[in-house]
Amino acid sequence: MSHNFRHWPIIVILSIVSLPLIIMFAFQIIDTFTTHPIDSMIPDRITFEQFSFLWDEAETGRANIWKVTLNTFIFATTTAVVVCSVSMTTAYALSRLNFPFRRFFLGGLIILHAFPTVTLIIAIFLILQIIGLYDTLLGVIMVKAALELPFGIWIMKGFYDNVPWEIEMAGVQDGASRFTVWWKLVLPQVQPGIFALMIFSFLSGWSEFLLPQVLAPGNDAQVLSTYLTALIADDTKIDFALFKAVGMFYAIPVIAIYLIFQNKLMNIYGGGTKG
Amino acid sequence: MQITLQNFTKTFDDVTVIEDMNLTVKDGEMLALLGPSGCGKSTTLFAICGIHRVNGGKILFGDRDVSDLPSQKRNVGVVFQSYALYPHMNAYENIAFPLKVRKDKPADIKRQVHEIAKLTHIEELLERKPGQLSGGQQQRVALARALVRKPDILLLDEPLANLDAKLRLEMRAEIRRIQLETGITAILVTHDQVEAMSMCDRIALMHDGKIVQLDKPSEMYNNPANKFVADFLGNPPITFLDAKHQGDLLVLPNGHEIKNPKLAASIQSLQVGIRPECFGPQFGTGIKGVVKFIEKQGREELFDIELTDGSQLRSIQPSGADLSIGDDVDWGLSLDDLLLFDLQGERL
Ligand SMILES: Nc1ncnc2c1ncn2[C@@H]1O[C@H](COP(=O)(O)OP(=O)(O)OP(=O)(O)O)[C@@H](O)[C@H]1O
Ligand SMILES: [Mg+2]
Repeated sequence: MSHNFRHWPIIVILSIVSLPLIIMFAFQIIDTFTTHPIDSMIPDRITFEQFSFLWDEAETGRANIWKVTLNTFIFATTTAVVVCSVSMTTAYALSRLNFPFRRFFLGGLIILHAFPTVTLIIAIFLILQIIGLYDTLLGVIMVKAALELPFGIWIMKGFYDNVPWEIEMAGVQDGASRFTVWWKLVLPQVQPGIFALMIFSFLSGWSEFLLPQVLAPGNDAQVLSTYLTALIADDTKIDFALFKAVGMFYAIPVIAIYLIFQNKLMNIYGGGTKG
Repeated sequence: MQITLQNFTKTFDDVTVIEDMNLTVKDGEMLALLGPSGCGKSTTLFAICGIHRVNGGKILFGDRDVSDLPSQKRNVGVVFQSYALYPHMNAYENIAFPLKVRKDKPADIKRQVHEIAKLTHIEELLERKPGQLSGGQQQRVALARALVRKPDILLLDEPLANLDAKLRLEMRAEIRRIQLETGITAILVTHDQVEAMSMCDRIALMHDGKIVQLDKPSEMYNNPANKFVADFLGNPPITFLDAKHQGDLLVLPNGHEIKNPKLAASIQSLQVGIRPECFGPQFGTGIKGVVKFIEKQGREELFDIELTDGSQLRSIQPSGADLSIGDDVDWGLSLDDLLLFDLQGERL
């Protein structure tokens, strides 16, 4: 009992501080499913009208929502897969193999990780135009994956560094090739890392706005974040209800992923190599 | 299978860790590589199993030169200090891994794993993951995994270092039993002299990358080649006194004279090594001193005695001597067991 008592002031303070956030979230949810009179904030009616963009024919000049969602999904998934597979192999090499310029690569990785990538955007824009990938999904995926890589490699290197050398030596002594050792013995130890990287790079791709906005502004390669801005860009007739509903739709996968995987994500550092 | 190291040299960058080492391990023998931390025991072991490349000299298994063979082709079983079990596999899968890599038939794998599990007494544990096994059990699994391929050679790097005292005693006997039953040639790396003496046929004592003595355990204890060996072996350790050689007398710093030391006349100054069991009341009298410290070890008691001139001697005796700190004693030496060294530490 006394145990709980000592905690309640902290709980109260934290609640007050996080109140604005909670209100924001609550309002976003309530507002998308209700209507309210113009002069009041109190909802008077539950409705699903605002979600009609999901089944109605798209307005002329606007992309189909499902096409955009598919684009976003492809963008996020491909980015995650590319980032994971490249990080998985590169990080192993950086962590374990002795090759020329290893220190140089490690240093470069940290610098790239810390580098403000926005400053590169004009150069990237020009390059994409030259090689003909401007305004394509493939182009944005390549750029996004490349920019995510330093982080991914760095994280994975940390995981590899924690795998004891002896496990690899034992594998080699047991007659396994270096590749088998990596695939069968080392990779399972860093699995939590790969999993986390997969989730994080997927979410990062899902919420990416700047790159698609600048590098693929057309309707064909549009993703949800740019779709959303396009809705309010046209300021002659801003439909806030639609904007909020699309925002809700956009956020649902993120929330779902966190809810489904939260236990696994929280256990990542504890679960490391214990098996 | 006989292992021969010929002028084996190992350097890391520009530090030479081992230079021109020669060593032969006989077929079916268990040899201990004993030495203080950092003397190059693990380095030698890793060179034999192929993890380290040799920088000079040769390593022979039987008559075959394996110096340039990769680990995978040497057929050596290794037990690492941390056991290095694969944490995501259960004991069965751990032991089966070398066989799977070799692409044995599933039925063969099953039979061999169960055979080796029986030998190492882990049949009931095969379903468990390493995290669910005790230290001693993990050790047995590691041993089983190292042995399941029927390697020519078994290498053990400080296999008992992570176990508690009682388990260590048990596993000492177990490892020796398994080695004798399989008749495998084995090298045991350890810095624990008791392990080396109790488990192995011969001991190679290393110091700073060199083998200082290679002998049977009892020989090495009774007949150390130099002061380092005498000091390293024996627990509680030996004590040394500076002595003078005058006429045919050996004079200890407290003035005690020992007759007829059988030394060349040219030797003037030397050191006498006295093991704790060679000093005590059972050897007569003549050496006077004061009890400075008593350590009760249960069955035995260890005394630190300060002689009249200030030098110290150690004595170990069965419990029950009615002495306390500050008491005067007058004890004697077992003259046959004194070890004499010159000032450079070489045995006389
Ligand atoms: N990879 C390496 N690079 C550089 N120096 C090394 C390397 N491995 C070992 N050494 C050095 O070689 C020497 C011998 O090391 P080794 O591991 O063989 O000692 P050891 O006898 O096994 O000691 P311990 O009982 O502490 O395990 C040490 O001085 C160590 O610092
Ligand atoms: Mg070592």
